[in-house]
Amino acid sequence: MNIKDLSDEILFTPGHTACAGCGAPPIVRNIMKIFGKDTIIYTPANCLLVFGGTYPYLAWKVPYFHEAFENTGACISGVARALRKQGKKTLVVGIAGDGGTYDIGIQALSGAAERNEDVIYICYDNEAYMNTGIQRSGSTPYGAATTTTPAGTKIPGKLDHKKDMAEIMRAHEVPYVATMSIAHQRDFLEKAKKARDVEGFRYLHIISPCPTGWRFDPSLTIEMSRKAVDSGMWTLFEAEYGEITNIYKPKKKIPVKEYLMGQGRFRHFTPEMVEELQRWVDHKWKRIYGEEP
Amino acid sequence: MIQKLERKKMVITGDYAAAYGGMISGAEVVAAYPITPQTLIVEDFATFVNDGITDAEFIMVESEHSAMSACIAAQAAGARTFTATSSQGLALMHEMLFIAASLRLPIVMPVVNRTVAAPIGIWCEYNDSMPQRDTGWMQMSCEDNQEVLDMVIMSYKIAEHRDVLLPIMPCLDAFILSHTVEPVEAPSSDEVAQYLGKYEPVAKLDTENPMAIGTFAPPEYIQELRYHNHMAMENAKRVIREVTRDFARTFGHDYHGLIEEYRCDDADVVLITIGTVTGTAREVVDELRERGKKVGLVKLRFYRPFPREELQKIAERVGAIGVYDRAVSFGSGGPMFIETRHALYGHSIPIMNFLAGIGGRDVMKKDVEKMFEMLLEAKEGKTSKEIVWIGTRGVTP
Ligand SMILES: Cc1ncc(C[n+]2csc(CCOP(=O)(O)OP(=O)(O)O)c2C)c(N)n1
Ligand code: SF4
Repeated sequence: MNIKDLSDEILFTPGHTACAGCGAPPIVRNIMKIFGKDTIIYTPANCLLVFGGTYPYLAWKVPYFHEAFENTGACISGVARALRKQGKKTLVVGIAGDGGTYDIGIQALSGAAERNEDVIYICYDNEAYMNTGIQRSGSTPYGAATTTTPAGTKIPGKLDHKKDMAEIMRAHEVPYVATMSIAHQRDFLEKAKKARDVEGFRYLHIISPCPTGWRFDPSLTIEMSRKAVDSGMWTLFEAEYGEITNIYKPKKKIPVKEYLMGQGRFRHFTPEMVEELQRWVDHKWKRIYGEEP
Repeated sequence: MIQKLERKKMVITGDYAAAYGGMISGAEVVAAYPITPQTLIVEDFATFVNDGITDAEFIMVESEHSAMSACIAAQAAGARTFTATSSQGLALMHEMLFIAASLRLPIVMPVVNRTVAAPIGIWCEYNDSMPQRDTGWMQMSCEDNQEVLDMVIMSYKIAEHRDVLLPIMPCLDAFILSHTVEPVEAPSSDEVAQYLGKYEPVAKLDTENPMAIGTFAPPEYIQELRYHNHMAMENAKRVIREVTRDFARTFGHDYHGLIEEYRCDDADVVLITIGTVTGTAREVVDELRERGKKVGLVKLRFYRPFPREELQKIAERVGAIGVYDRAVSFGSGGPMFIETRHALYGHSIPIMNFLAGIGGRDVMKKDVEKMFEMLLEAKEGKTSKEIVWIGTRGVTP
C-alpha cells in the first residue's frame, strides 16, 4: 500500500465538531479512503455520532445510520442481510467507541461475530465514555482518573486493568481481527484494505487518543498513539480465523512511565502504581512477543 | 421469494398462523429470539426457511433487543421485515420500539400476550403489550387463529400505507390461541402478493442515493416529528377501516374496522372486551338476551389507535358501559378503562372497569354474567362502583 496512491476523495468532511486533536476524525477519514463510496456507516451513541453532525448537518458523504447505543452488532447485521437479499455488494461498517464495544455492546457484537455476518466492526478506543463526560469503561487502563474513578484521597483512580477486547474477538475465530494505530500509517492502511477485501466478520480495533479525556496537549495525538505502541500499552497484530498472522514489534521498548507522562489522567500516579502498570505491560509483552521485556 | 402456495384450510395453532402470515406476506428479513409462548412462531418460521418455502434471511440474534434492532436496520435498508415476541422479550425491546416508530418503519411483530414478572409466569396478561402504548406502535388483539393469520397480512397493508408508516403489533392470547389448534383458511401466495404488492420504502440506506437515517437532532426539529407521528396514528383509524372493508371484499372475512359490535343496537348496557374473552362474553350475551336482558358486546380490536369515535357513538345510545381489562395501571385502573373514560369525557353514563383473568386465570361465564349484572345495576343507579376486581381472593366485587 503506497500512501501516494490513496484517493483524494474525502468521505468524512471537515466541519465536524470534534475537539482539537481528537484521534477519531483522522481514523474515520483515512479508513474511508480505503473503503470508498459504496459503504454504509452505522454509529451507536458516542462522540463520533455527535461531532459527525447535528441535523441538518452531516460530515458523512455516504449513507449513514444510527439506532441506539448497545446494538451495533445487530444493526449492521440487519443492514447487511437486507442488502444480501437485494443482491448488493455494499460494505456495511459499524464504528463504535470502547463503551459501545467492551461494555454495553459486547453481547450484540459477540452474536454478530458468532454468526459470521458479512460486516466490518470498528472500535475506536479512547479508553472511557467520552461523550457523556469521561466516565470509566472496561477499556480504561489501571489507575487512570476518570469522572467515575477520580483520583481520590482514598481510592486513586481505576483499580481494575483494561480488558483485552481484541483477544476476545480473536477467540471468536472470525475471518479477520486487526489492532491498529494512526501513528503507523502504512500498517493502518494495509489492514483497512485487507478488512475491506475479506468476506465475513471483520473486527478492527484502533487506539484513539482523546486530548480532552486523557488531558494531553492536542498537538501530540499521533505521538500518544506511537508511545502507546512503543511502551506495550497497545499492541498491533492481525489474526485470521483465530490464528495470529502478523505482529508489529516496536524497535525499542520504552518504559510505561514515558507514556504516562504528559497525560493528566495519570498525574496522580505513585511509584507503586507505575510499577503495577509496568508489571501488567511486561506480562502482556511476554505473552504477545514471546520474550522477556 | 416464496414457493407457490395454494389456498388451503389448515388446522393450526395461533403461533403457526402468525408465522404463516409473516411468511406468506413476503417478509424478506426476519430477526427473532425465542420466548414461551411465542417459541412456535420462531420454530415454524425456521422450518419454512429450512424447507425452502421462503428464502427470507433469518437472523438468529442473541436477544430480543437485537431482534428489534436488526429488524429496524433491515427495514431501513429497504426490506420487509417480521419478528415476534412476548412478555419479558417485549419489555427488553422497549427502547427499540420507540426508534422503530419514530423512524416510521412499518415493521410487523405479532406479540403473544404473557404476564410480565414478578412472579414469573407464562400465561395470558396484557401487562406486556399495553405498557408499550406510548412507543408509537399500533396495537390490536385477535380473538381466534383465523383473525391472527388475516390480521398479520392486513398489518402489512395498514403499516405500509403512506398515510400511516408505523409499526404494528397484532397480539394473541398466550396458550388460549398461541398453542391451541383451530381450523384456519389461508389465502394463496398469489392472492397475498397481489393484495400487498412489493414493499416500496419512502427512504432507504442506499449508496446510489446517500442519506442519513436517525441522526442527532436538536429541539428545532423533534417536536414536528412527534406531531407527524401523532397524526399518522390518527390517520391509521381511517386506513384500518378501509383495509378491513377491502379485505372483506377480497378474502371474505369481515373484521369491521377498529371494533366489532355484537347485539348493541337496542342494548341498555354494553361490555367492552378484548382478546379471547370475547368468545365467552358472546355466549353470555345470548343467554342473557334469552332471559330478556338487553345487553350488548363491543369487541375492541385496536388499543392503538384507540377507537374514540366509534365508542362515542355507542355511548350516545346506551345506559352504562363496562370495560374488561386484563392488566392494571397501578393506582389508576385498567388501561382500556382509562382510555375509554378519556374517549367518553362529557358523557354522563356510568363507566365501570372489570379486572379479571390477570396472570392467565380463566375468565368464566359466571364472571362475565357478574359484570353484566353490575352494569345493569349501575344503569339503574344502584351502584356507583368504578373499579371492580372479579374473582380475586379476599376482595368482594
Ligand atoms: C442505553 C444507553 N445507556 C446510556 C447511554 C448514554 N451514553 C451515550 S454515549 C455513552 C458513552 C459512549 O462511550 P464510548 O462508546 O466509549 O464512546 P466515546 O463517546 O467515548 O467515543 C453513554 C454512556 C445511552 N445513549 N444509551
Ligand atoms: S471528548 Fe475526546 S473523543 Fe470526544 S471529541 Fe473530544 S477528543 Fe474526541
